Amino acid sequence: MKRVFAETHLCPNLKDVEQTARMIRKASELEYRLIAIPLPQDFDRDKTQKLQSICKEANVDFVSRVDLKPKTPRDLVNSLRKLRRRFEIISVMCESKHVARQAAKDHRVDLLNFPSADFRKRFFDKAEAELASKSLASLEIDIRLLLTLEGPARIRLLSMLRKEATIAQGFRIPIIISSGAKEELLMRKPREMAALASLFDMNKASAIEAVSKNPLAIVKRNREKLSPSFVAPGIRIIREGKDC
Amino acid sequence: MLKKIKRRYLALKIDSKEAFSSKEFMDAVWDALLKLYGEYGTSRSGLKLIDHDAEERLAVLRIAHGEVEAVRAALASVTKIQDKPAAIHVLKVSGTIRGLCIRK
Repeated sequence: MKRVFAETHLCPNLKDVEQTARMIRKASELEYRLIAIPLPQDFDRDKTQKLQSICKEANVDFVSRVDLKPKTPRDLVNSLRKLRRRFEIISVMCESKHVARQAAKDHRVDLLNFPSADFRKRFFDKAEAELASKSLASLEIDIRLLLTLEGPARIRLLSMLRKEATIAQGFRIPIIISSGAKEELLMRKPREMAALASLFDMNKASAIEAVSKNPLAIVKRNREKLSPSFVAPGIRIIREGKDC
Repeated sequence: MLKKIKRRYLALKIDSKEAFSSKEFMDAVWDALLKLYGEYGTSRSGLKLIDHDAEERLAVLRIAHGEVEAVRAALASVTKIQDKPAAIHVLKVSGTIRGLCIRK
């Protein structure tokens, strides 16, 4: 069976419909069959439907995603309560240690993302991994920084990513590799992303899973949970009415 | 008996609004390889340009058999050619040049 590849972090400028459509079509050309675009929290339903129709034309499956950037753990919990049932993927941009720890232990968080290239602002250590291994959170690694940084900054980033990937694999936390691309020329094919993951010592098989199996598992799990027939994991309503 | 040297051929698409000469394209590839793997690593790649079509933005590279992933990573890390935004995508990998021409 042909492998399905997923790009979980495509960041077009949603105000520019043309650019968004171009990036979606490009994702389709690059062999992705599922893409997730981070939407603003107040994004209206009509615009979401328009995005869905563009994706349908391009033959890719659209997944709604929200990137949370809370200042405090309290803010994070409040946002999760409000948004969990509205988006298929919830990612937390961990910009402080307290937020990172709260995100790692909360079952409603799908992805932990550390957007900074500064090693003091990357909080994915063994304590964080232990918390994440007990919840459902995965570690998301954006390739964008690897492509845009140069010289010593990129060397430091590679060394941090190598450490984070080793910790995540040690604690059996799924790793998701995404582009985080804001423009078309920063988008890469899934196998190219997997090749780039070899720079931080991920083996080929786990790198390929990080762009296919792992993101698809999150989407499948969340779609099941968000469906009206879902009751609890493994239990769903099959039939309703007087004859039951 | 001498062991046969195995090679791989990569068909590439250069994604850019500009057209680049063979030299400009190869400079970008060598530069990316050198930055990521240094002189020793690059020497192992056995990189050679086989064909380049500037207008169609297509190229064929020959590399050593065991270095496909390393070269793929280096090509993926290219964001500029001659300071102009560009990306290089691998269209197909084959053991023979003829294999690149045969569509799946």
